[in-house]
Amino acid sequence: MPTPALKVHDLTTEIQLSRATVHAVGNVDLEIGEGETLGLVGESGSGKSILGLSILGLLPGGGHVTGGSIKLYDRELVGMKPRELREIRGNEIAMIFQDSLSSLNPTKSIGEQVAEPVRLHRGASRKEALDRALEVLELVGLPRPRERLSDYPHQLSGGLRQRVMIAIALACEPKVLLADEPTTALDVTIQAQILKVLDDLEQRLGMATLLVTHDMGVVAGRSRRINVMYAGRIVETAPSEELFTAMRHPYTQSLLGSIPRLESDASKPLLSIPGLPPDLTNPPAGCRFAARCRFATDQCRAQEPPLTGSGEHFFACWNPVDGPAVITVSKPAAGAAPAAAVAASVISEPAPAPAAAPAATNGSAPLLELVNVVREYPVTAGALLKRKVNSVKAVSNVSLYVNPGESFGLVGESGCGKTSLGKLIVGIEKPDAGQVKVRGEELFKKRGGELRTARRVVQMMFQDPYGSLDPRMRVRSILREPMQVQGIGSAKEQDQRVRELLGEVGLPVNALERYPHEFSGGQRQRIALARALVLEPKIMVADEPVSALDVSIRSQVLNLMKRLQSEHGMASIVISHDLAVVKYLSDRIGVMYLGRLVELGTGDDIYRRAAHPYTEALIKTIPVPDPAVEKAKADVGIRGELPSPIDPPSGCRFRTRCPLAQEICSQQEPPMRRFGPSHQAACHFPLQTPEPETAATNGAGASAAPSLS
Amino acid sequence: MADSQQIEPLIGEQMEGAMLGPAPSGGLHQLVPDGGEVYVTSSGWRLAWREYASNRLALIALALLVLVVLFCFVGPIFYHSNQTLSNPLAQTEPPSGAHLLGTDQNGFDELGRLMLGGQSALEIGAYASLVAIVIGTLYGAIAGLVGGVLDAVLMRFVDVLLSIPFLIVVLVLATKYSGTVLDISLVLGIFSWLVPSRLVRGEVLTLRTRDFVIAAQTMGATRRRVIFRHLIPNAMSVTIVNITFLIADSILALALLGFIGFGLQFPNTSWGDMLGNAQTYVTNGQWWLVYPVGGLLVVVVLCFNIIGDALRDAVDVRLQRR
Repeated sequence: MPTPALKVHDLTTEIQLSRATVHAVGNVDLEIGEGETLGLVGESGSGKSILGLSILGLLPGGGHVTGGSIKLYDRELVGMKPRELREIRGNEIAMIFQDSLSSLNPTKSIGEQVAEPVRLHRGASRKEALDRALEVLELVGLPRPRERLSDYPHQLSGGLRQRVMIAIALACEPKVLLADEPTTALDVTIQAQILKVLDDLEQRLGMATLLVTHDMGVVAGRSRRINVMYAGRIVETAPSEELFTAMRHPYTQSLLGSIPRLESDASKPLLSIPGLPPDLTNPPAGCRFAARCRFATDQCRAQEPPLTGSGEHFFACWNPVDGPAVITVSKPAAGAAPAAAVAASVISEPAPAPAAAPAATNGSAPLLELVNVVREYPVTAGALLKRKVNSVKAVSNVSLYVNPGESFGLVGESGCGKTSLGKLIVGIEKPDAGQVKVRGEELFKKRGGELRTARRVVQMMFQDPYGSLDPRMRVRSILREPMQVQGIGSAKEQDQRVRELLGEVGLPVNALERYPHEFSGGQRQRIALARALVLEPKIMVADEPVSALDVSIRSQVLNLMKRLQSEHGMASIVISHDLAVVKYLSDRIGVMYLGRLVELGTGDDIYRRAAHPYTEALIKTIPVPDPAVEKAKADVGIRGELPSPIDPPSGCRFRTRCPLAQEICSQQEPPMRRFGPSHQAACHFPLQTPEPETAATNGAGASAAPSLS
Repeated sequence: MADSQQIEPLIGEQMEGAMLGPAPSGGLHQLVPDGGEVYVTSSGWRLAWREYASNRLALIALALLVLVVLFCFVGPIFYHSNQTLSNPLAQTEPPSGAHLLGTDQNGFDELGRLMLGGQSALEIGAYASLVAIVIGTLYGAIAGLVGGVLDAVLMRFVDVLLSIPFLIVVLVLATKYSGTVLDISLVLGIFSWLVPSRLVRGEVLTLRTRDFVIAAQTMGATRRRVIFRHLIPNAMSVTIVNITFLIADSILALALLGFIGFGLQFPNTSWGDMLGNAQTYVTNGQWWLVYPVGGLLVVVVLCFNIIGDALRDAVDVRLQRR
């Protein structure tokens, strides 16, 4: 073990509120050696950020370190005078924050901001500091740094801003770098780039890095050791490989089991941790995880387990587990049979491909059909007259269909138009061209009562569990509202239905009289799900249903959604930036890039036989919670930034970032080509061999396409 | 230990069954909610009240205001005085046992007159602000939700009205109508809904993009339902704060009208009338006609303003400090 650059011993931090004290961090020990990255993983509220802020002495109002020590080499930081601490901050210990937009000063150029710590700590002149700024900006891979020195933060994209943040942190060559969720706000392709930058720098500069994150995939390949935090305590600490393959704490085990993975079988449910993390103003007496732990005994509830273990692996548990959980599908009914039964009941379209395809065209029409849909938002100039100067091409020429009972997933980075497409489907927005047909009828052409009845068919579930429920309504009224609006049932029947639904989404009956703010994020998402189900819709559009939730809660909601989907036999459209989530919930997946649908196929088509280079890169960049896989990754997937949707590239929109792009890509828009019974992609140089040309002569239309042999 | 890690979810019947081993035997949602228990916390309004109560000045203001209201409306029951017939024999008497605050130029008991004036001030303040807030909220909510051309037209109309000197119009109207409490409330209310309408519109503009409003639209809710069930209740925190300022403004406006002689009709009175009449006596050393009424006016308006400020803080920080 190299000399520890930062040593935290028995640290306890509390935050005093007006009426209560939050015991945010308790008895935490950790050590980071020079040139080493230590991972700190935990859910929101586990105290991981407070730990980082304690080290820097930047605790929020009411927060103070009540015990323990923090040592930078041999200097004690706890109890240090603010003036001395100020000299260390930004100089010897630097921090990278999560949200680059609010962490950078919008009124100063980025050159000045990167130069600022150099001038403060090194006493450099303006000129020298700017030279240094140029140097670090180059180091973090900001393209054309000299031209960008005088740019302001709003002129840069999220990925570039995050690079500037890193540059500021590195400007004074700190010995310890605290990275608090450095990539959480970024898209996966950009995340991979930023993580690569951090990796390179740490090796070159020999810093000690504390990587704080909620994402097991992010830490997997990057840190030698990982600490898992739960409710203010470190529950397990081990070398990365050991933690992933031979964890001892049930929390670590459940946490890893609850992450949906690309390679896993979507028919198996995810492991879920029931309940919620404890309230830290009044933590339970024994083990803090006991209430949610399936191995908990009376000892766990009475006595707090100490951190024990041997060698480099320590854990705080009375009844440790042994390695990852094995989820086995019940065996008795001859191996494959139950799995197949599930596939048949849940997955309607892809399994018997040749038989199902003609049925889709001859018999039942698709439930939802989008034909060449275009949606552009005007960009206006002038305060009064609002001249239209340009438009944001949110959705361009998208065609797709969804069959009854089928679940369709839409993936793409932020700004690819997936949310706009969702809003077009539920009829909140009108397409500028093309058709959105639900059961063969266009929703937005209807009026009045007819429209209201038609709306029952399509319901939506939203991303933000805090914004989607009216804060001034009780749960009972929230769930009754759809029936009141639609004039369904008497007050008594409505009430009966509300109780039924509440049970179905796993909430206690006493929730009826409560207001939304009294629920946790996961519980709110359950209420939102119940509301979407009230009208028994034929299609449910779920826009990023779990991205605002913590990992352990996420799997609860995902399992619930999957169960209800098959129970109600409705079609669903799941929109997410997370391919693993989409693959877990959907039979078929559409990949969007800059307003265009670039690839369509079943989960396996997309994951195992990706035809479009973008899809391929997207799969490669997703951090996998497995150190072996993560460390083996060599390149960063996609280079560069997402082009502006106001002025998208000509021809194929992905060509500016595509490794295979050639002349033709900029001149001709690639048509949708067929690669399998349900697999299509729009690329001139696909990674798979397309089926003979005659098969896909329906132009860009994927709509009526399944009429082939 | 190895046994309990063999997970056997009952596929199909219980897809969510990834709860392992000795976990609560799933399926019976009513008995074991797998969404977790609901923590009972205090309601938003209670948190706001807690925040308000931590502001000592605001509590004093509230207490003072309650005292003034009791003084004006309950006071006359215990302190009888003749307020209908003038008594030329007892003009401008200094404070004495019979008249605790002396008498005015018409021989009315000054203390009783203060109560009477207070009643009209508070009543007019309440009515006028009510009229203003109802008109302003509806107007602002409609403009904000509908948007587009209608919004532009409605809000430009508000701009035009705001640019007309309000006092002149009120004066003209006040001469046309008899000066009863209701008349004056209406006149004041009709001219003070402009500011609340702007506030509510601004609030609605942010609310209407919130997901719960979009959710209501996807379930087919009418515009009227969206406005009355979602937008107005959520804009309430803004309007409630504004009501206190509106009351204070109305009381001041009434005092101003009374001072220049366009207020309530004799024998009704307002504090403004009393001040206007008293200004001729102030140089004669008849202090009891000036200071009590002036002081009371200042105290009441100040109280309303302090309460409004504290309410605004309470509603704002509610989500930050729990």
